[in-house]
Amino acid sequence: MTRRERADRRTGLLFLAPALLMLGCVTVYPALWVFWLSLQHRIPIFGIVRFAGLDHYAFLAFDPRFLNAARVTLVFTAVSVGLELVLGLLAALLLRRQSAGRQAALSLLLLPWALPSVVTAKLFEWLYHPSAGLVNFLLGGRRLNWLGDPHLALLSVILADVWRTMPFVALLCYARLLSISPDIYEAAQVDGAGALATFGRITLPLLRPVLLIALLFRTLDALRAFDIMFVLTGGGPANTTENFTVYAYRSLFQTLQLGLGSAIGVVVFAVVMVVACGYLTALRREGVAR
Amino acid sequence: MTRIRRIGDAMAVLLLAAYAVPFFWQLLTSFKPDALLLRLPPLVPTQLTTVHYQAVWEKSVIPRALGNSLAVAGLTTLLALLLGLTAAYALARLPVPGTGALLLGVVAGTAFPQIAIVSPLYLLIRALGLRDTWSALVLANTSFALPLVIWLLTGFIRDIPEELEEAASLDGAGRRQILRWIVVPLVAPGLASVGLLTFLTSWNEFLFAYTFTASESSRTVPVALALFPGVFEVPWGDIAAASILASLPPVLIVVGLGRFLVRGLLAGALRE
Repeated sequence: MTRRERADRRTGLLFLAPALLMLGCVTVYPALWVFWLSLQHRIPIFGIVRFAGLDHYAFLAFDPRFLNAARVTLVFTAVSVGLELVLGLLAALLLRRQSAGRQAALSLLLLPWALPSVVTAKLFEWLYHPSAGLVNFLLGGRRLNWLGDPHLALLSVILADVWRTMPFVALLCYARLLSISPDIYEAAQVDGAGALATFGRITLPLLRPVLLIALLFRTLDALRAFDIMFVLTGGGPANTTENFTVYAYRSLFQTLQLGLGSAIGVVVFAVVMVVACGYLTALRREGVAR
Repeated sequence: MTRIRRIGDAMAVLLLAAYAVPFFWQLLTSFKPDALLLRLPPLVPTQLTTVHYQAVWEKSVIPRALGNSLAVAGLTTLLALLLGLTAAYALARLPVPGTGALLLGVVAGTAFPQIAIVSPLYLLIRALGLRDTWSALVLANTSFALPLVIWLLTGFIRDIPEELEEAASLDGAGRRQILRWIVVPLVAPGLASVGLLTFLTSWNEFLFAYTFTASESSRTVPVALALFPGVFEVPWGDIAAASILASLPPVLIVVGLGRFLVRGLLAGALRE
């Protein structure tokens, strides 16, 4: 190793140190601590701190509220990500044909994505208002109680989330569409392929990698969603919109069961990591990621 | 043909404007007088007013919260860029042992759920006496932003040709000078993209801000909006005005600096 290499190596470690220190103290250390917390009975207001072993995990395995949260998380993730992918793809196809006003179109598209999720929750709370809301008005003066009806609440939350995150999917697809050479489409036209065949045989296969990446990002986000249901419904009515994250948060800071809440947090962490690894393996098989 | 084309373009913009209607509806609501608020139809109000903005500006914690959010998001962006840039340069260019493993850890870090560490962080912040301070939020937000910042900047730095740095090195420039005078100007657009993404994420962040603040005066905008008080009935007009104020920075960024944002977003998702 030359003197310069040694110096570079020292500089490199010095350059990395502040970021690693920060990540170590504020992310890695708490991430290890949370495992320890999840093994404890800890209720701060009563000064209770006692080792509990795997009690919380054993409790959760048969806890109907936890199973309900699992169902809500699953439905929320599957339906909202599915809708986002379909709508995002359609929006991207629409944008591709745009020649004039592309900047205006992109700004309008990105607006819902850039707003704070709490603002989105407030916008939809007002739209869903039973008597003065725009949604009921457009449905012909109905009086549906979107956020208060256990049959409608989860759907209402999903729609608000789709509105907010579809632009991300649309943008990814749009960028990929722009990079497809027009020659391919000309060749398809010469060969007499119809619009449907062109879409199914050319556009969709070329978009496949990007759709998989969008699927990965959106699934991971949807699994840990919190703001939108916490502000819009608070997990209610009757826990019909309470996903893992909201259940964890309520246990931690509303019923102040630090141990139990941490255990649910650990579960969320595990689920996200398993899904991420699964997708990454799939992406690698597709040859998208290294 | 061009005429059809132009109609098509206008239609697409109209469709996207229709998609953004929830926002525009709130904008309209924020200017409606109280008497017209809970009545529908008419869709278009017969008179408009600014009383809601006056009420929010003079009687609520929103102005204070806007200041807190601006400070927290601004400081978070600065700190994350500073720490992220040096770390990214080391990972992109310097012979650090375990670069591959570190980058893998950084990618995994971008998927990390906030809820998993909010309880120990809460205990930590309380123990350090940092509750209700900007520092608590800046530290938490920076740490959460860092993985994406490092990941994106490492990519941007690897994209610039190494010859310039080698030439400067032959002329006797140290790594610090190279970073400051050659790399930073070349990745400036990338820094802008990453900075805007970080600012937006921090401006919009809710879970940490909600957990780590206790008093009204230390709330950030999302928290103040989520807890917007109503005495006997929900003040829909005031809430609408407050949400528009909370949306101003994101809207300005999307309209004015959209292309930097798009670049950052695409780099984050498509770079492997």
